[in-house]
Amino acid sequence: MSTYTWAAGYVDDGDRPQIVTSRFKYDDGYTLERYHATGGYDGLRAALARTPAEVHDEVKAATVLGRGGAGFPAGTKWGLMPPGKFPRFLVVNGDESEPGTYKDRLLMERDPHQLIEGCLIASYAAGLAQVFLYIRGEMPLAHERVATALNEAYAAGYIGRNILGSQFSVDIVLHWGAGAYVVGEETALIESLEGKRGEPRLKPPFFPAAIGLYGQPTIVNNVETLSNLPWLAVNGAEAYTAIGTATSPGTRMVAVSGHVKRPGVYEIINGTTTFRDLLYGDEFCQGIRDDNELKAFVPGGGSAPWFTPDQLDLPFESKLVGAAGSMLGSGAVMVMDHTTDIPKAALTLVHFYAAESCGQCTPCREGGTWLERIMQRLADGRGSHDDLDQLFEIGQAICPGVFPHAASERVGLEAKPFPFKMTTICFVGPSAYTAVHSAVTLFRDEFEAKIVERRRIPVSIEAVGAH
Amino acid sequence: MSRLNEANVILAKEIIGRYPKARSATIPLLHLSQQQNGYITSEAMVHIGELVGATSAEILGTATFYEMFKFEPVGKYLVNICGTMSCQLLGADELMHHAEARLGVKAGGTTADGLFTLEHAECQAACTEAPNMQVNYRHCHRMTTAAFDQLIDDLAAGRLDGEIPPHGTLARVRQQIPADKAAGVASLDAPAQPAWMPAPEATS
Amino acid sequence: MTTIDPDTTADDTVEAPPVDPNAVNITVNGVPHVARKGQLVIEAAADAGEYIPRFCYHERMTSVGKCRMCLVECDTGRGPAVTVSCMVPVAPDMKVDTQSETTKRMQEGVLELLLANHPLDCPVCDKGGECPLQDQTLSNGPGESRYVEEKRHYEKPIAISDIVLLDRERCILCDRCTRFADEVAGDPLIHFNGRGNNTHITTYPDEPFSSYFSGNTVQICPVGALTAKPYRFKARPWDLSQQESTCTTCAVGCRTVVQSSRDEVLRYMGVDSEPVNHGWLCDRGRFNFESVKSPDRVLQPLVRDGDQLQPSSWNAALAAAAALITEATAAGGANSIAVLGGARGSNEDAFAWARLGHEVIGTPNVYAQMGDGLPAGLLGQPRATIDQAAHAATIVLLGPDLKEELPVLYLRLREAAEKRWSRIIEFTPKRTGLSPYAWRTIGYEPGTQVAAVQQALADPAIAAQIASGDVVVVAGRANLAESSAATVAALRELLAAVPSALVLPAFRRGNVVGALQVGMRPRPGGLDTRSTLQAAADGKIECLVLVGADPLADFPDTDLARRGLAGARRIIAVDSFLTASSSLAHVVLAASAYTEKSGTTTNIEGRVSTLARQVTPAGNSRADWMIAGELALALGGDLGYDTVDDITADIATLVDGYAEVTIEALAASTDGVVAGVPSAIDPMNVVPVDLPDRNAYDFRLVVSRTMYDQATGTANSPSLAHLPRGSAVHLHPLDIERVGTTAGTEVKVIGPRATVVFAVVADESVLRGTAWVPFNNPGPNVGDLIDCFAAVNDVRIENI
Repeated sequence: MSTYTWAAGYVDDGDRPQIVTSRFKYDDGYTLERYHATGGYDGLRAALARTPAEVHDEVKAATVLGRGGAGFPAGTKWGLMPPGKFPRFLVVNGDESEPGTYKDRLLMERDPHQLIEGCLIASYAAGLAQVFLYIRGEMPLAHERVATALNEAYAAGYIGRNILGSQFSVDIVLHWGAGAYVVGEETALIESLEGKRGEPRLKPPFFPAAIGLYGQPTIVNNVETLSNLPWLAVNGAEAYTAIGTATSPGTRMVAVSGHVKRPGVYEIINGTTTFRDLLYGDEFCQGIRDDNELKAFVPGGGSAPWFTPDQLDLPFESKLVGAAGSMLGSGAVMVMDHTTDIPKAALTLVHFYAAESCGQCTPCREGGTWLERIMQRLADGRGSHDDLDQLFEIGQAICPGVFPHAASERVGLEAKPFPFKMTTICFVGPSAYTAVHSAVTLFRDEFEAKIVERRRIPVSIEAVGAH
Repeated sequence: MSRLNEANVILAKEIIGRYPKARSATIPLLHLSQQQNGYITSEAMVHIGELVGATSAEILGTATFYEMFKFEPVGKYLVNICGTMSCQLLGADELMHHAEARLGVKAGGTTADGLFTLEHAECQAACTEAPNMQVNYRHCHRMTTAAFDQLIDDLAAGRLDGEIPPHGTLARVRQQIPADKAAGVASLDAPAQPAWMPAPEATS
Repeated sequence: MTTIDPDTTADDTVEAPPVDPNAVNITVNGVPHVARKGQLVIEAAADAGEYIPRFCYHERMTSVGKCRMCLVECDTGRGPAVTVSCMVPVAPDMKVDTQSETTKRMQEGVLELLLANHPLDCPVCDKGGECPLQDQTLSNGPGESRYVEEKRHYEKPIAISDIVLLDRERCILCDRCTRFADEVAGDPLIHFNGRGNNTHITTYPDEPFSSYFSGNTVQICPVGALTAKPYRFKARPWDLSQQESTCTTCAVGCRTVVQSSRDEVLRYMGVDSEPVNHGWLCDRGRFNFESVKSPDRVLQPLVRDGDQLQPSSWNAALAAAAALITEATAAGGANSIAVLGGARGSNEDAFAWARLGHEVIGTPNVYAQMGDGLPAGLLGQPRATIDQAAHAATIVLLGPDLKEELPVLYLRLREAAEKRWSRIIEFTPKRTGLSPYAWRTIGYEPGTQVAAVQQALADPAIAAQIASGDVVVVAGRANLAESSAATVAALRELLAAVPSALVLPAFRRGNVVGALQVGMRPRPGGLDTRSTLQAAADGKIECLVLVGADPLADFPDTDLARRGLAGARRIIAVDSFLTASSSLAHVVLAASAYTEKSGTTTNIEGRVSTLARQVTPAGNSRADWMIAGELALALGGDLGYDTVDDITADIATLVDGYAEVTIEALAASTDGVVAGVPSAIDPMNVVPVDLPDRNAYDFRLVVSRTMYDQATGTANSPSLAHLPRGSAVHLHPLDIERVGTTAGTEVKVIGPRATVVFAVVADESVLRGTAWVPFNNPGPNVGDLIDCFAAVNDVRIENI
């Protein structure tokens, strides 16, 4: 019986700095008792000893990059709120559902107090009136762990009125999602939290920092982003930026799944760890399963254009990965070995994005489904050469112009850098096209091999027995 | 009685009270009604509309956006097999075929005894543990066909009743915000500078 | 230390043009253009002559940017960027490119995707020929579809209300209808359902889209997804001829287009008139054109022969009518003749009838109101326009439920409150359609308005609000079961407290304001309607002329109306239908209806706008003004009018306040011309209110109109006729308990004059201790309980 395999996913080998996963080694890392025993809420105390502006400056100085996908620095994001406009809200994005991504769930299940402490530090620094912790509906264990932790923290005086005897007061409200990938987009998350359909709002003109929840300034931060704050508050920006590179400081959690020997979630050093380290390194995945050949990998969640072995030596640095034609996204690497049926694998992703389209804008709603149907036909061996061209035509209606892809020696391609133009409101529509575009661009031969040209069968009059 | 029952109305009002606008409680209340009845009834949506101040059409519009909400009875156990990339790479198709054969229903169907509803699901955030599935949203990692059979046997025999509540019940722990500790709901009508922020805030 | 630069002072004859702070310099397809600050790219481009295709964008609603049809490329210095032109405002030096290769590709792409699941059933689609999707496919589309997959299928069409049908296969999910329902009408009863490729619009099961404004969704639907029953499969757009006109269903005066084919009116469309209706119409106004072609129209003059009204020639009928008037004059003098009505017709009709009454017949007893408004003196107050009301800092409501009586004014004021331009302070004997949007709703028991106003004015918060800016009072009759005295007194209190306040009269009936202003009101010593009916009941009226008036249906006190009509010795009716009242007449002169005659009409704000004659009058019916002219001739007088324009010109010359309302001015302005406030109109006297002692067991009666009632226009329009809610007594749920009955049960409602049996409806909008009954609805007649001379009417409610 394999339900609730607690430790699953996280692999704690090697001698790497642990900013957010330090308590994963304990079976009871989620309890207040363990949290207290391991320096819990010291970050909050450290923050309260300083002015909100000082804490905010520290976060800015540390350049804590957002871990939800876009990689926007949290401190800068907080600073975008119009001065003097209150109340302000924090919405915690715990709606993790990007294909390949598995880290926020672990953080909520295994160290909920760290997240809560992060929320409190953010609220203190940015003057936030109320926190809504939005957890994906399909994660009841995370709900239970976070609810328990919140109850403990209220009882202990960490949340609520006059926290730790200070002037600082804030409530954290646990909120449930109900199954919709697109709600992970920050404006859709706000719509959903307002009790509406989780349809993204158009940005620009409305950025949540200015006009967010209930029309008020709102910070939407990812679970992992906030989980960095307690460590940062205790150890300071200098210690934080000492890890990683100047543009990508600190660590980040990366889930490596698919055809590797040791799939798992790893807290890696930002900016320097390469994909080769991660896929082949002893402290990480230890190579491709059965020592097979690596065919391709998705470097940053299902929305990211694919890489091939040509890109293995790139580090986890967003500018370099962008120039190479993809993105780091949400810290998810999906690995395909040489046995992989590329059309089928790509189909799972286009199916995902087509199914998860919110349906409000035309290119995504209509284009995603159309792409899926053609891909299904191609994967099933019922497609045609025209279908392959048609995929790109539909893609042009979603992402007009040049679409990014990786360089490939095998098919003689130069990289086209990230990002792309898009006709849609959010990234779901382009994401449906990404896997299609990558798969057909890098592995057109595999699609062509499945095509059986339909031929018109000559019918002779005699053969059907007519007179 | 498929409106919210008395106990749940009390709970619903408590939940509504945590938000600056009542409508925000729509999804938690829909979950509450699904917990009560196993699915979302028509009367419950009307009732929730009354509670949060929205029309039934608006509640229905919200509810049908989210795939966890069911508008007809489903099995006691909702079996969701993930088919997204990492799981597909490691045998999700085979697991689904096996599940369909074992349960005797196609994806989307419910077994005749009303115990199991089988569904194809999208990424469940457990990609490193593929192939993955959920029973009433409780994760089951690295599934094999043998493990699946064992799981179904255990569920059917009631051996997992303590671990997996019937469909509709999500978390068995609820957040409590004690009145004496609460900071209070942010007021949209009377906006105020937070007490701990230096006033007036620097406008640089 | 100032230094003077010789270079800049040398040419001091050239002054720098004043810099407009709201000007934003942009280029549109390379051509410089000055846009307004905050203006959306799509609008700025339109001003520059470049129409950007769109489906979801609607200038009267919030942009949502969903259809993606309006994508263009804009360069603000960082290279061309894909820009949603309906969401993004212009920026300085923005280069808008609506014709770039990328723009073209996006437009073709979006259209191909929109058509992917569209059924392309244009040959049988009512929208064909006026369909934005069709038009834009022609001008911007890819020319062929490569979509070979199966299309989405839905049951089609489904009725989402009594009037509107929805075809979800044609729907392109632009969010116009749903946005309208939520944002403009405040009736979010249709909504998106499902997600992604399965997204579709529906109502909640068994809760129809029963909005008073549902027809607007049909008009703004950019495809043939929404259709309205009255027009389905009736015509093709290229078969229609059309003219702009003004709706006279109520006194808001919404601009419309009247469309007809083969001399039959088939459809009304709202016209976007900035000061009035913003393109919206209520369903009653939109669909009651059906009554014009009703088989029950009076098609020729009728003359009574014993019990029967017999068809007659115009000559004979006019002679008969003239004879009745001559006899009456002989019997009782001109003062024994009274003319009631005129609110249904045009300004010209009313002016001709006023002259006939006052000058040819010589009676002072002429009146356009049916005892259901406020004294005509209200029109002498400094008047607000609708726009002023909808932008006032404070809107004070002291009148009827605007949603029921002046529906598009309701939309305008609701918008003002929702957009936080205005705060509404409402005084009402029953919660109204605007109560949810009011800043303060002050309920009062009928008769106690003055105290309610005094108390409110003493509230510091309310006083501060009123002092915060301009104030418009919307004043009218909230309750037909009380005299107008208390409302007039309360209005006086308000105006005394806020002398700068403007008044918007909430008069309801079509052209009642025009009729009163051009002269359909008593001359000194003349009788108003109540006094006329009383005089008739007392046998003092020798001849009663009903010009489109139906006192038996419209006068609140049915008993008096009944006695008045029975007591009038002679009755002449000018009408399009045989109503309860006109069927009692000795002579019925067949009147042509709206859309059958041209002229002008005056709305509540005094705005005069044109009426179009789009079809031939039914049968031998004639315009009221013609009938007046011919009757004058038959009486030996001559009004001197050959054409309707003659009268319009005469009104401009002769009527107080109408000097600016010339034919030329009307022709030059699409929004009409606002007439001035009459300088001399009867003062609005405050009559002391003598309230009877309040018996705690009694209920004070509140009676008011609903949008759908038994009005001839509604009752003779098949699409609307079944919509009145029906007569019933509405009580607060706690009062139902107090009476010891239950909702749905019949009870006796007992007044001093009569006992009427009604079913009980539980209604939280009714104040405790009051009983509300909708007026002129199918079922038992509440008018039997109303004494129009009483300050208020109290009733007892007993179980049967």
